[in-house]
Amino acid sequence: MNEPRRPRLGKWTRRGLITAGVVAGGALVVGIAIRPGHRAPKLRDVVADPDEALLNLWVKIGPDNRTTAIVPHAEMGQGVHTALAQMLADELDADWDLLDVEEAPAHEAYANHNLAKGFLFGDAEIPRALVGTVDGVVLKLTQAMDLQITGGSLSVRATGLHGMRVAGAAAREMLAKAAAAAWKVPKRELVLRNSHIVHESSGRRATYAEFAAAAAEITPSSKPKLKDSKAFSLIGTSVKRQDVPAKVDGSAAFGIDARLPDLRTATVRSCPVFGGRVAAVDDTAALKLPGVERVVDLGDAVAVVADGYWHANRGLTAVAIEWTANSREAVDQAGVFAQFDGVLAQAEVDNAGDVEVDRGDCEAALAAAAKRFEAEYRVPYLAHAAMEPMNCTAWLHDGVCEIWTGTQNPLGARTAAAEAIGYEPENVVVHNAYLGGAFGRRSVHDYVVQAVRVAKAANAPTKLIWSREEDIAQDRYRPAVTSRFRGGLDTEGRPIVWTNLYVDKHEPAEAPRIPYAIGNQRIASMPSPTHVPFGVWRAVDHSQHAFFTESFIDELAVLANNDPYRFRRDLLAHKPRHRSVLDAAANAAGWGGETGPGRGRGIALHESFGSIVAEVVEARVDAGKVGVERVVCAIDAGYAVNPDGLTAQMQSGIVYGLTASLYGEISLEQGRVKQSNFHDYPMLRIDEMPEVDTVIVNSGGPLGGAGEPGTPPLAPALANAIHDAIGVRIRELPVSKHDLNV
Amino acid sequence: MTEVTINGVARRLAADPDMPLLWAIREELGLTGTKFGCGIAQCGACTVHLDGAAIRSCTMPLRAAAGRAVTTIEGLAPADGLHPVQQAWVDEQVPQCGYCQSGQIMSAAALLAAAPAPTDADIDSAMRGNICRCGTYARIRRAIKRAAGQEQSDE
Repeated sequence: MNEPRRPRLGKWTRRGLITAGVVAGGALVVGIAIRPGHRAPKLRDVVADPDEALLNLWVKIGPDNRTTAIVPHAEMGQGVHTALAQMLADELDADWDLLDVEEAPAHEAYANHNLAKGFLFGDAEIPRALVGTVDGVVLKLTQAMDLQITGGSLSVRATGLHGMRVAGAAAREMLAKAAAAAWKVPKRELVLRNSHIVHESSGRRATYAEFAAAAAEITPSSKPKLKDSKAFSLIGTSVKRQDVPAKVDGSAAFGIDARLPDLRTATVRSCPVFGGRVAAVDDTAALKLPGVERVVDLGDAVAVVADGYWHANRGLTAVAIEWTANSREAVDQAGVFAQFDGVLAQAEVDNAGDVEVDRGDCEAALAAAAKRFEAEYRVPYLAHAAMEPMNCTAWLHDGVCEIWTGTQNPLGARTAAAEAIGYEPENVVVHNAYLGGAFGRRSVHDYVVQAVRVAKAANAPTKLIWSREEDIAQDRYRPAVTSRFRGGLDTEGRPIVWTNLYVDKHEPAEAPRIPYAIGNQRIASMPSPTHVPFGVWRAVDHSQHAFFTESFIDELAVLANNDPYRFRRDLLAHKPRHRSVLDAAANAAGWGGETGPGRGRGIALHESFGSIVAEVVEARVDAGKVGVERVVCAIDAGYAVNPDGLTAQMQSGIVYGLTASLYGEISLEQGRVKQSNFHDYPMLRIDEMPEVDTVIVNSGGPLGGAGEPGTPPLAPALANAIHDAIGVRIRELPVSKHDLNV
Repeated sequence: MTEVTINGVARRLAADPDMPLLWAIREELGLTGTKFGCGIAQCGACTVHLDGAAIRSCTMPLRAAAGRAVTTIEGLAPADGLHPVQQAWVDEQVPQCGYCQSGQIMSAAALLAAAPAPTDADIDSAMRGNICRCGTYARIRRAIKRAAGQEQSDE
């Protein structure tokens, strides 16, 4: 894999970038403009077009005194629409009950590269972890970085902090200035609260809407004053989510729910051996079936267009497809791991590897160590298995291609669709719906590309729906990884050396780093490509590396005859935030108390996407079957914008990690994925759900992510708990592979 | 023609009687609150009520619903508000992505109709057919207890 492109750093200083304008009806709109010098009149022109009225605009106030927060991120369950609206409304002192949320349209004018770089790279407070994420994952994923990407747990800590709060504060200042001028009173005597402006001594009171038009004439301050955290009224509170009402009565529209007149439905099968092509198609039998209209050869896949999904799927079953012969048919899962083992063994001989950390003299330290230990860990490929199967509806008409789908990156979807059918991107319109789960899967647009090609071939509006079997067999997978460690203790039982060699690296590069004070460290990776397509899977490389590193540190604690919590804690004197989080989890879990026979506790600590998370798992092993009774989680995300939302994300990340740890396995057989649906790629169900207790540590540090950091510590905490319970060390996931009858 | 009562309204459906009820509901009737998740009755996203019982509509042919009453998520609430299960879902802030929640709510409503004071074991047994990838299970359990009037004092 090539080195990630490293963008030039640019610092976003808020200089002159805030603009305001008036839309029809007198609504005030405040946006973070894209280019210095971008002025209100130009913005008004943009705003005047109904389709483009929302460009660059983050807030508008309507004549009915309702405030609309315009958010450039997709809602996929993580509560981002609510959290971002909270940040804006708080700075604006808007009435939460008068607040609406709209998702911004997919348009490059909304998502500016320089602004994005400023957001993501220019802020000294942004942790290195984040830079790695953006540098690698996001760039590679999209080829063009833009603000509309929802991923990397970025929304709140980038858009919220630098966009939503600034836009809210700027709008508030403009409203106050307008009212002060009209009432001829000093601005400082005004109280702005709940979308009203009050001048108490004169008894005057007005809605924000009454001054919206006048406010829009005022040049916004280039640096509006942001609230001190003590003055927050909405940030830090658990306001109810904006999207919940529509999600309990069936009215929430997901991509799969798109409705159009004269709509066809299609389904598709890609070559089950990744990279294979269609050699021949016999559609005779399929075309005789009721409802089947067309069979489309896409080169690497075959689609059937029909009058509905059931007919399309029946039709697809009846198509005889011959795939090209492919050397990859010889690859099975044991072969993949054997390939990795060969690469690692050779790298050990050659002392080779792409080095992430090289500190001290590891070989000398190992030679001098009083005790040494080596271990190898493995994780399998994993599919995302979002509940809503991949789907996209496309309609080509009047020189325009409209698509209705759920995507983590509407601009990326637009570009992918345009390239697939030879359109200019501006002639592709993306209607982004709620995402029925994503977890990284909906950042790749293979299903969008297929849909627009099929719709073009069908010459009719067409909804492409993947079967669950296609979803499992044609994912972009969390990679299978093998990771080897060597460690050594001094005569006091303290770790003095840590080496880690693994295959292979994706992003972020810092995922295998450890927070512990161990003087001699070498962390390196070797490439070992397979034909299995890579995908970002919730927490990306962090999910596997936390399992490796937090298992191995636990093994070193056992080697030292030390308590795994104390052992870690003693190595964190230089990392007070990590230590606080570890302590919080251990204390809340009652670490050290009796667990009883067949029961055990395990702990793990991992930082990802700017948040530090520790988890304690309490597990029991009965007749070889593992049950998880309780997970205690502590998170330091800097400051919890919506504590209930953060808690929900921890619960979610823990279930995602627990499902993967217990059951998750995609394996190869004859070059293709062996699993096909939920019967052989099982999910955690309600009867296996542990009690989850979350402790929020508001350290006041830089804002961290929420959607991903809860997942990585779960697997090692579970493996460590199983070891504590029955003395068996799980070094390969999932747990269900192992016979635990001891 | 298959005659089915859908959300209290008698309908005559021209679709192939072998068509799974799910697709008749979604595509013939345009009621898209009922979701497609797996097609093999493994995930519960397609759960509806057939004569009051929770069933997986993705594997039940339309003909099996002939002459019977089907309730979908769109028909669950009384005219003047939310079903108690839906209200509990709002109160407990259950949904995340929301895709599985129609099925979850239909399973929970059928459970409470049959067992107004469900035990944890009752909840496990009625709800284990419904997968949630966002991991909302703990909130689902709390919401069911809330709807049953067994609100827990702790969070």
